[in-house]
Amino acid sequence: MKRIAQIEKSYLRDDIPAFNAGDTLRVHVKIKEGDKERVQVFQGTVIGRRGSGTNATFTVRKMSNGIGVERVFPSHSPNIEKVELIRSGKVRRAKLYYLRDLTGKSARIKEKIIDTPKVAKEKTDAKAKKASKAKAEPKAKAKPKAKKSE
Amino acid sequence: MKEILGKKLGMTRVFVETGDAVTVTVIEAGPCPIIDVKTTERDGYVAYQVGFGEIRSKLVNKPYAGQFAKAGVTPTRYLRELRNDGDPLEVGAELKVDMFNVGERVDVTGISRGLGFAGVMKRHNFSGAQATHGQKDRWRAPGSIGQASTPSRVFKGMKMAGRMGKDKKTILNLEVIKVIESENLILVKGSVPGFKGSLVKIRSTNRG
Repeated sequence: MKRIAQIEKSYLRDDIPAFNAGDTLRVHVKIKEGDKERVQVFQGTVIGRRGSGTNATFTVRKMSNGIGVERVFPSHSPNIEKVELIRSGKVRRAKLYYLRDLTGKSARIKEKIIDTPKVAKEKTDAKAKKASKAKAEPKAKAKPKAKKSE
Repeated sequence: MKEILGKKLGMTRVFVETGDAVTVTVIEAGPCPIIDVKTTERDGYVAYQVGFGEIRSKLVNKPYAGQFAKAGVTPTRYLRELRNDGDPLEVGAELKVDMFNVGERVDVTGISRGLGFAGVMKRHNFSGAQATHGQKDRWRAPGSIGQASTPSRVFKGMKMAGRMGKDKKTILNLEVIKVIESENLILVKGSVPGFKGSLVKIRSTNRG
């Protein structure tokens, strides 16, 4: 298995940004027509990622003239020119297949606000402070063990 | 006719120049040291006797160890005969995977995975029986296996349930997608018989 992963390594791309289900992506796809090559853009919501290594794919869903369109891209395909992360979505599932049954307002996904490093540090500091305080003053009213009813 | 022995490592998917993903089987092929060269004068036919695969020295019995010592080769796990109709190589020379080029077509022979006692649906692609219309407990049954009092017997070769797999199978005309000389690896398009780690024989195809 290790040796196969080694082979796959040379095919993997590291220029694709990290993204998750719920994010909005703009995927630039190379399309060959005869000997001409052009780039087509497909923008939509990622509704799932699957697989590992060269086998990994992701599914992007968009509404095109009121009709849902899904495209599955191999994550490491050389046919992908580039991937732009437009917006991160806040979702509680890894696979957003439920979006297929939804349209319009209900199919929206909340934006995930990612803390800047400074804000993130403040938050963790506050948490640590709270924890140390709680340690210093253990709860005064420790409940006595309930006696066994006889 | 180029031939080499190899070990099936498993399958994966790689991208080719056109950008398409291609399913490939990774085979560790060679190096195969030549233990003996059979000649018409001495043996009545022409072939190479080659070894392949690592083995602990403890597992090599004395008769085999003698053969390997005679050829001046470290003992190998497998000992097989391969065709020899090109330039005859000498004992001690090695067959390597670089004999194959990308884009070439090869046949791969191996022993298919043993699937045990299998029913007719799995073994012979029968369609089974109806689930409805009054049928009961016959979903995967083979159905009729013959006629009536004439001929009063079941014909030979009737397709029935039984041991499936573990047969010598050859997959023809597979494309070589990549050859990694430094690691003795060859990637062929599609699947090949056998489980991971099983011995396979790769030969240049005589098709197309």
